[in-house]
Amino acid sequence: MRIGVYVCQCGGNISEVVDTEKVAKEAGKQAGVVFSKVYSHMCSEIGQQMIVNDIKEHKLDRVLVSACSPLFQGETFKIAAEKGGLNPYLIDMSNIREHCAWIHYNERDKATDKAIDLTKIGIEKVRNSEALKSIETPIGKRVLVIGGGIAGIQSSLDLGDAGYEVYLIEQKATIGGKMAQLSRTFPTNDCAACILGPKMADIPANKNIKLYTYSDIKNIEGTIGNFKVTITKNPTYIHPKKCVSCGDCTDICPISVKNDYQWGITKRKAIYLPLDFAVPNKYLIDGDKCLNIKAQKKSGRTDICRLCERACNQDAIDFNMKPQEKKFTVDTIIVATGYDVFDATQKYEYGYKRFKNVMIAPEVERVIVHMGEGTPTVDMGNRIAFIQCVGSRDEQLGREWCSRVCCMYASKLAQLLKHSANILGINKEIYIFYTDMRAFGKGYEEYYKATQKMGVKFIRGRPAEVIEDPITKKISIRVEDTLNRQIIESEFDTVVLSVGMQLSQGGNQIADILKLSKSEDGFLQEAHPKFRPVDTNIKGVFIAGTTQGPKDIPDSVAQASAAASKTMGLMNKGKIEEEPLKAFINPDLCDGCESCITSCPPNAITMKNNKAVINPVLCRGCGMCIASCHTDAIDIKMYTNKQMLAQIETTLKDKKENERRVLVFASDMCGYKLADTVGTAKKIYSDSTRIIKIPSTSRISPKLMLQAFSMGADAILLGDCEIKSSNYQGSIEASINNVEKIKKILSEIGENPERVMIFQFVTIMIPKFVMLLNEMSDIANNNKPISKENRNKIRKNISKWLFKK
Amino acid sequence: MIKKIKITFHNEAFLKNIEKISGESITSCDQCGVCSGSCPFVEEMDITPSQMMRKVLMGDEYVMDNKTMWICATCNACTVRCPRGLDVSKVAEALRQIRLRKSIDKIDINKISKKDLTELPQIAYVAGFRRLTS
Repeated sequence: MRIGVYVCQCGGNISEVVDTEKVAKEAGKQAGVVFSKVYSHMCSEIGQQMIVNDIKEHKLDRVLVSACSPLFQGETFKIAAEKGGLNPYLIDMSNIREHCAWIHYNERDKATDKAIDLTKIGIEKVRNSEALKSIETPIGKRVLVIGGGIAGIQSSLDLGDAGYEVYLIEQKATIGGKMAQLSRTFPTNDCAACILGPKMADIPANKNIKLYTYSDIKNIEGTIGNFKVTITKNPTYIHPKKCVSCGDCTDICPISVKNDYQWGITKRKAIYLPLDFAVPNKYLIDGDKCLNIKAQKKSGRTDICRLCERACNQDAIDFNMKPQEKKFTVDTIIVATGYDVFDATQKYEYGYKRFKNVMIAPEVERVIVHMGEGTPTVDMGNRIAFIQCVGSRDEQLGREWCSRVCCMYASKLAQLLKHSANILGINKEIYIFYTDMRAFGKGYEEYYKATQKMGVKFIRGRPAEVIEDPITKKISIRVEDTLNRQIIESEFDTVVLSVGMQLSQGGNQIADILKLSKSEDGFLQEAHPKFRPVDTNIKGVFIAGTTQGPKDIPDSVAQASAAASKTMGLMNKGKIEEEPLKAFINPDLCDGCESCITSCPPNAITMKNNKAVINPVLCRGCGMCIASCHTDAIDIKMYTNKQMLAQIETTLKDKKENERRVLVFASDMCGYKLADTVGTAKKIYSDSTRIIKIPSTSRISPKLMLQAFSMGADAILLGDCEIKSSNYQGSIEASINNVEKIKKILSEIGENPERVMIFQFVTIMIPKFVMLLNEMSDIANNNKPISKENRNKIRKNISKWLFKK
Repeated sequence: MIKKIKITFHNEAFLKNIEKISGESITSCDQCGVCSGSCPFVEEMDITPSQMMRKVLMGDEYVMDNKTMWICATCNACTVRCPRGLDVSKVAEALRQIRLRKSIDKIDINKISKKDLTELPQIAYVAGFRRLTS
């Protein structure tokens, strides 16, 4: 092994505190170190060139740069190594600036000692590193879009226009989703059908988009670049190519049922066109209602009714149509399954379905559409009340979220009702009972004001209950006007419930099929609440629209476009490239116990020939599986067990009699970054700390912690992100569990359980970080050191304690 | 001349005390008023239940001078509807306890009229003494 060590002075930043010459001298004594040099600016052009030349001249196979943070300059030196012909994974950095010189500037000797130790740790890390390659997998240009609502349509059009192959799957007979059922849209009051219709029509016109309506996703298998999709195309009993949408069949059909596209306020026949502007604009037969099909299923008789068949002069009707299965492969998936409205019958005191004149808002949308078309359906009377937050912001129902659109759609419906009354010269009194008005979007506050100006009365108070007059069928509302502290009991002709949103049933099914995780409110969870809003826990699967959470139309469209461009970004390069931070299994050690399989959130581990295998494409490198393995068969590239142990051993080996060591394992995303920030802020903390970089705290298995204690560690602190902002779902919870285990073991052998701790950091917690590190070193210093017997006891009993059954 | 407005700072300790006794997170009340609307005795009260919650939240000790907490019959109509999952009747009970633990009774047993004594059902005495006397 030929290792080259560089100690950077950082133009005085380091050398003013740390005796860099001494560090270089000590580093030079280590086995395999060919030379160790001191230079003023390693990151400069000259410094980099020095590395390039030295690698060639001295035939170096490992390089360590003892300088600043690897998060800051790591890439620079990787590039330099590559130029010199060295694999970039064989060069590493020791951080003697942020983690040493800048925080121990008051104690030069101690700082120098620590810098020597940190450099030695670094040398051991590179010594045990392996040459690695970034992982590349090929990827095509095919996308599956699930759900044909406004979000799905937008994503499909964006992708189709950009030349990607799109499969758009819709469960219903027409695309358009919930937006197609709206009357008008806030805050501009333009008609939903008029702005959505052209977009819907663009879908079949786009040659890159394959549309499958009336279809269900049966199964999806595989991973990014190779999702194998199976769909079932349900029979419409009408040949779409032959049907000319003349409507002759509908006139003659004897069966009349509630029209679910109109929220049940009008009727339709068993053979019907879902919407006037349906895409595809073809009739279909409702298999559950048609007399012929019902008889076929029940008794096998095929001669019942068949009136429509006779009426159709295109010969389009085929009662023998069967469900068809279709299979295809895609590279990425966008889930845009949308929402279902809250089932208002669950809110018993508001009387939906019990009382005739209690409606839900989507029904009113259709009432207004029919009113506009001159075919009025339901007379809502002249005194109308809206009740807000029905099925939202309600702990009694376990639904704590705000549905975000109800304030605005109630204002919209109130405006439209008021407007139509004004045209007819009628006086309509409209009341909105609200808890808080949330007019957050662009133009929404103005819209709210316009509604107030029209004379719609807003009363702040959540109605307690509604009561129906058995004779007049009028509805009384009992509510406190909380701004007046007055109890109101008033009678209305119609009460409209502003129902909230929840993840659709289809969304739930897709989440089960794809194993997508959900947030507390039951909507699908994004990978990061701020920075990865359309990614999911499964690589190559994106979410858009109300699948992710309640949203209005502009936000849904924005997210749909975002999801489309994210998929394009993935597929455009033709290959996926990523760091080789991947867990792998040593088949010689694996005994096929399968306990790792359930420990993996992205489900990357499978069994093959009685041995576990990890799919590197799915693995995200959190290391949660390591803790589950009792044979040490699992390891992780870039942070191998060997590397971790070598680093721990080095720092503990040189520990003097009166010295203590606090090992801080810090995740590069939060803990390590914060340690850098603390260094930059030049805050002093105890010098007995050694910060070691890891990808995620779950990489530190209980076994590794016990090994560290047996080797001489006095305290261990794990520093990771907050659960909410972690890149690795479930990893911090697992680490907390691991730490609890160690605490228990420590107290069992009579040691202070506070010697191990985990903390979730945010990168601004500078004082907290300093305080915690001092606290940990106090625990290490003030308690009696762990006795030799106890350390031996730990060493002997590791597997017994951790893997006993 | 500028007229000075007298500002009373709220008594945080009172709020904390009531939160401790009742076990309810009163600060999370969002004043929707569903408790008042649900209350079968709200007409008898001088301030509504939601107003009582607000006053406690603001640390107003004089809330105990109002009738509301004594009229509350702990029927829990408010509790089953509170969208924030608060138990309003427990707050009223906590307020009563503060008074009762100082041996300040709401009613004087000796002063109950003979008519009431003969007409009221026994259960009303039990409940009444439990709630209104220390």
